[in-house]
Amino acid sequence: MAFDQDTVRRTAHLARIALPQTEIPAVADQLERIMGLVEELRAIETTDVPIMAHPLDLDQPLRPDTVVNQDQREVLMASAPAAEHGLFLVPKVIE
Amino acid sequence: MDWEVVIGLEVHAQLNTTTKIFCGCPTAFGAEPNLHTCPVCLAMPGALPVLNGAAVDKAIALGLAIGAELNRHSIFARKNYFYPDLPKGYQISQYELPVVGKGALTVQLPDGGEKVVGVTRAHLEEDAGKSLHEAFIGQSGIDLNRAGTPLLEIVSEPDMRSSVEAVAYLKKLHTLVRYLDICDGNMQEGSFRCDANVSLRRPGAPYGTRAEIKNLNSFRFLEKAIEYEIVRQRDILESGGRIVQETRLYDANRDETRSMRGKEEANDYRYFPDPDLLPLVLDESRIERVRETLPELPDARRMRFMRQYALPAYDAGVLTAGRTLADYYEQVAVGVDGKLAANWVMGDLLGALNKAGVELEDCPVSAGKLRLLVQRIEDQTISGKIAKDIFDELFHRGGEVDAIIDSRGLRQITDVAAIAAMVDAIVTAHPQQAADFRAGKDKLLGFFVGQVMKASQGKANPDQVNAILLEHLQKG
Repeated sequence: MAFDQDTVRRTAHLARIALPQTEIPAVADQLERIMGLVEELRAIETTDVPIMAHPLDLDQPLRPDTVVNQDQREVLMASAPAAEHGLFLVPKVIE
Repeated sequence: MDWEVVIGLEVHAQLNTTTKIFCGCPTAFGAEPNLHTCPVCLAMPGALPVLNGAAVDKAIALGLAIGAELNRHSIFARKNYFYPDLPKGYQISQYELPVVGKGALTVQLPDGGEKVVGVTRAHLEEDAGKSLHEAFIGQSGIDLNRAGTPLLEIVSEPDMRSSVEAVAYLKKLHTLVRYLDICDGNMQEGSFRCDANVSLRRPGAPYGTRAEIKNLNSFRFLEKAIEYEIVRQRDILESGGRIVQETRLYDANRDETRSMRGKEEANDYRYFPDPDLLPLVLDESRIERVRETLPELPDARRMRFMRQYALPAYDAGVLTAGRTLADYYEQVAVGVDGKLAANWVMGDLLGALNKAGVELEDCPVSAGKLRLLVQRIEDQTISGKIAKDIFDELFHRGGEVDAIIDSRGLRQITDVAAIAAMVDAIVTAHPQQAADFRAGKDKLLGFFVGQVMKASQGKANPDQVNAILLEHLQKG
């Protein structure tokens, strides 16, 4: 499949990865090879194979609906780069 | 040629569990920012989610109530997008195998008809936090108390063909989640909100391109947003244009929908199974345990009300729209005429509550008092008209039914001799009208009844007044 430079740029944007222009051809080439492997896997007939969501053959354990967490706001927020009035502060985001 | 509108709804119901879906933090609304957080819902490295059993049970309850397939094996997936109120950079949701599969909801329409709306699926997921943009210059404040609150997203088939049908479906679902006690249904606080997918097509043609209107938090906004969208899309299509598949926001102040541009590029969520969570397996005993706790559901209760209390479909529908109201009505209706009780609950009671802006839960007139009032009408202690005055007093000043009747001397006059004396006095005082009546002006009977009722201060039994008056006038 053709993994052109535009697709690389778009994928990098979606993943929020800063990719210098000079690296794009090399990454395109690598992704091309990875996609080749995916294409190979796709060719295998899997219609009757159930989805494997997890490699471990175990069920999800369930937790009782009771509050166990105490207020630890001060400790938890200590590592935040910026906080005020109990809120985390981030660069302005407006839709 | 006409256009046909095609509507599907995605409803987010916040499940009313005590704790969050993947950690033991409280879900209580209104706490100080970030007090209800822990390493799991803050996405600290190494923290692992553990699924809340109560959220699973509430999803099962909805599935059972809509006759849906319950997937014995379902999978949690990561939905990837970047926004500061989503600390992990992904939302844990369900994608390929949701916990609730295909079901259906029978919806009552305002014209008395019914419609079956298919439910495609319902899946468990976590809510995001809240961003506060106003208080800070150049920065946004993030409160993650809501992050990790359990949501059940209920997706309908594109089965609705008008805004009226969409509103009826949403109302029915709203009634159902409150009956099941899985969601408080508070639309102002956002615990029950909906996205609408709207498209137009020529009847019989394949589906047209749809627009998704996000975050509609009232029945009225849903209706108005769809109506606006129909006109917008029709204008585009009829002038030869094409509909762009996009997300739009409804602005209630301007009564219009607006495109949320810039989002299209980001709408590639790259779902994949969450390696932190094992598959959710539902065993039969868990499903049966939930089934046993299900209350009588709205449809069954509505049918029973029609049968047991001899109510018209409309009354039964209104009275079973909420569980509290239905419970209240059933307490009033014990041992009294069902229709009379329904008239009082739907008319005087709901009217007074509405006027005073009071919820039924805080109603100053208990069901027991209203029942006694209805009984006093039935045993002819008071007339229906006097009962309205008493109800007013009970509602605004409180007190007891019998005590008010006695202290204000409101007992109905049923003594034949006493009524006859009043009738005699009134007829004698109006000789001209009496003569006209006898000459054939039947309508004057109403005038005489009015006069006698006035003379008795509304206390004479109206049926007796009628009978005695007729006898007196015809004899005279």
